[in-house]
Amino acid sequence: MKRRLIIPFTYLCLLLCALLFISPIGLLLAGSLKPDDLVLVESGSWRALWPASASLDNYRDVFSRVDFTHYLLNSLFINGMILGLGLLLNSIAGYAFARLSWRGRGLLFNLVLAVMIIPLEAIAVPLFYIVSLLGWRDTYLVQILPFIANAFSIYLFYTYFIGMPRELEEAAHIDGAGVVRTYFTIILPNAKPVFASVAILTFLTQWGAFLWPLLVTSGESVRPLPLAIATFHGLPPLRWGDLFAFGVMMVLPILSLFLLFQRLFVRGVAATGIKG
Amino acid sequence: MPEEGRGPAAFLLSAPALVGLLLFVLLPFLLAVALSLTNLRLGSPLPLEWVGLEQYRRILNDPSFLHALINNLLFVLTVVPVQTVLALAMAMLLNQRLGAIAWFRVLFFMPVVFPLSLVAVVWVLIFAPGPDGPMNALLELISFGAWTPRDFLHDEQLALPAIMLTSIWQGTGFQMVVILAGLQAISAELYEAATIDGAGCWQRFWFVTLPQLRNTLIFVVLVTTILAFRLFDQVQIMTQGGPHDATTTIMFEAVQSAFARQQIGSGAAMTVVMFLVVLLLSLLQRRIASQEREVS
Repeated sequence: MKRRLIIPFTYLCLLLCALLFISPIGLLLAGSLKPDDLVLVESGSWRALWPASASLDNYRDVFSRVDFTHYLLNSLFINGMILGLGLLLNSIAGYAFARLSWRGRGLLFNLVLAVMIIPLEAIAVPLFYIVSLLGWRDTYLVQILPFIANAFSIYLFYTYFIGMPRELEEAAHIDGAGVVRTYFTIILPNAKPVFASVAILTFLTQWGAFLWPLLVTSGESVRPLPLAIATFHGLPPLRWGDLFAFGVMMVLPILSLFLLFQRLFVRGVAATGIKG
Repeated sequence: MPEEGRGPAAFLLSAPALVGLLLFVLLPFLLAVALSLTNLRLGSPLPLEWVGLEQYRRILNDPSFLHALINNLLFVLTVVPVQTVLALAMAMLLNQRLGAIAWFRVLFFMPVVFPLSLVAVVWVLIFAPGPDGPMNALLELISFGAWTPRDFLHDEQLALPAIMLTSIWQGTGFQMVVILAGLQAISAELYEAATIDGAGCWQRFWFVTLPQLRNTLIFVVLVTTILAFRLFDQVQIMTQGGPHDATTTIMFEAVQSAFARQQIGSGAAMTVVMFLVVLLLSLLQRRIASQEREVS
């Protein structure tokens, strides 16, 4: 008797939660398809989530009002560089810490662990001061270089590599393969899950990067999307339809990746909580 | 055991990442401490001087920094418990063998992939003043018309809660996924044993789920707390610290000081204060988690 009531009640709770978490997204999507003046007017009723006369006009307006493509390319370039170089360098470092024996290894690994708890916010002021002295403001470089090496990524690679069976590497070693060749032919192909996790975590934090670009960029030329939408928000006239169309296009790359690889996303995030 | 005899190669392999960490994390961190002990101000005619702990004395006596500290604490003390309990409840709902459960997991997690700047813009509309604003309309609906529309983001009492709600919406999915992984790691035998011993639903939660989830929850609380102390993006976009400093935070004040007023020294001191809070919490977490291991 009791059992029969529990399942409908669970679904009721699930649906209620889903409604709370999904409705702002529905509001965004529906608003992006509506005439500008209707977005706010209709937002207080169920019509907020339903575009009665849907059109792509707002999307066209975004492109005529700001150089969206330019911001998108900025974001893609910055994120692509951080991701590509970060995966390579951090995984190699994780490998050296997990699998090779060398002087200073223990000390340097403790340093990596210590550095892990320093958040960007705690170093933003001096980092800003350094890059200003170097004349690096308003460049791509300043948005990429500081974020390639990542202590947490090294740590995640380290914990994965240390759990891998040794037999494969030993076979390669007997065949006379050097460290670098062993890494690329044996380790890399067998470590796809950790690469996926690190890539996803990096992308999740970097795609929305706001504080640092706000500090170090002033012109439009190298600014990424999160900053561009804040600027667009402050650009009169305030047209909610255009703003939401911008928002939908800005989240589309990461949202579509999430929907395609949602299992990997969930696993990647869960990996942050499983500490050794 | 690690392989022997590959010293120089191994060091070279780890060198690029290590150099990056040294130059862009450790060095700036040490510099933050050093700069916080100076009077450095960009473009100032005054000579650079060591001023000792003067900057710290000054910011800890500065009403607007103390106000930001209190706002930040209020934010932490509200968001962390609410978000953790919500994430735990949602994870427990999802940790069941029911149809379509995977879809709900996708929906609950979706806000996490939304950049905070976009989330902030959407929630500015949600908190729009007047009866048309979604939040006003919702509150009017569930209070059967008793609610009178408010201008949330320009209301000293409501602006900070509005930012809290925005942050909870975006952040809960992350915690939920971590807790769900923790729940799934609990052995089913423990529940079976508890059921045989006659434990009810509530007792199983209290004596099996919570103790088994202890380290996961400590971790989740720590991460959420640290994130909450770093609060900046939403404030910058939704309220710019206003109205009347009702939503300033440590980072917001640090940015104001270092970048708007060019006072690098005092901005550095503020970020060092934030780091000390983060460090203290991390040490506390490690201590509590290791105590648990000793007991078990």
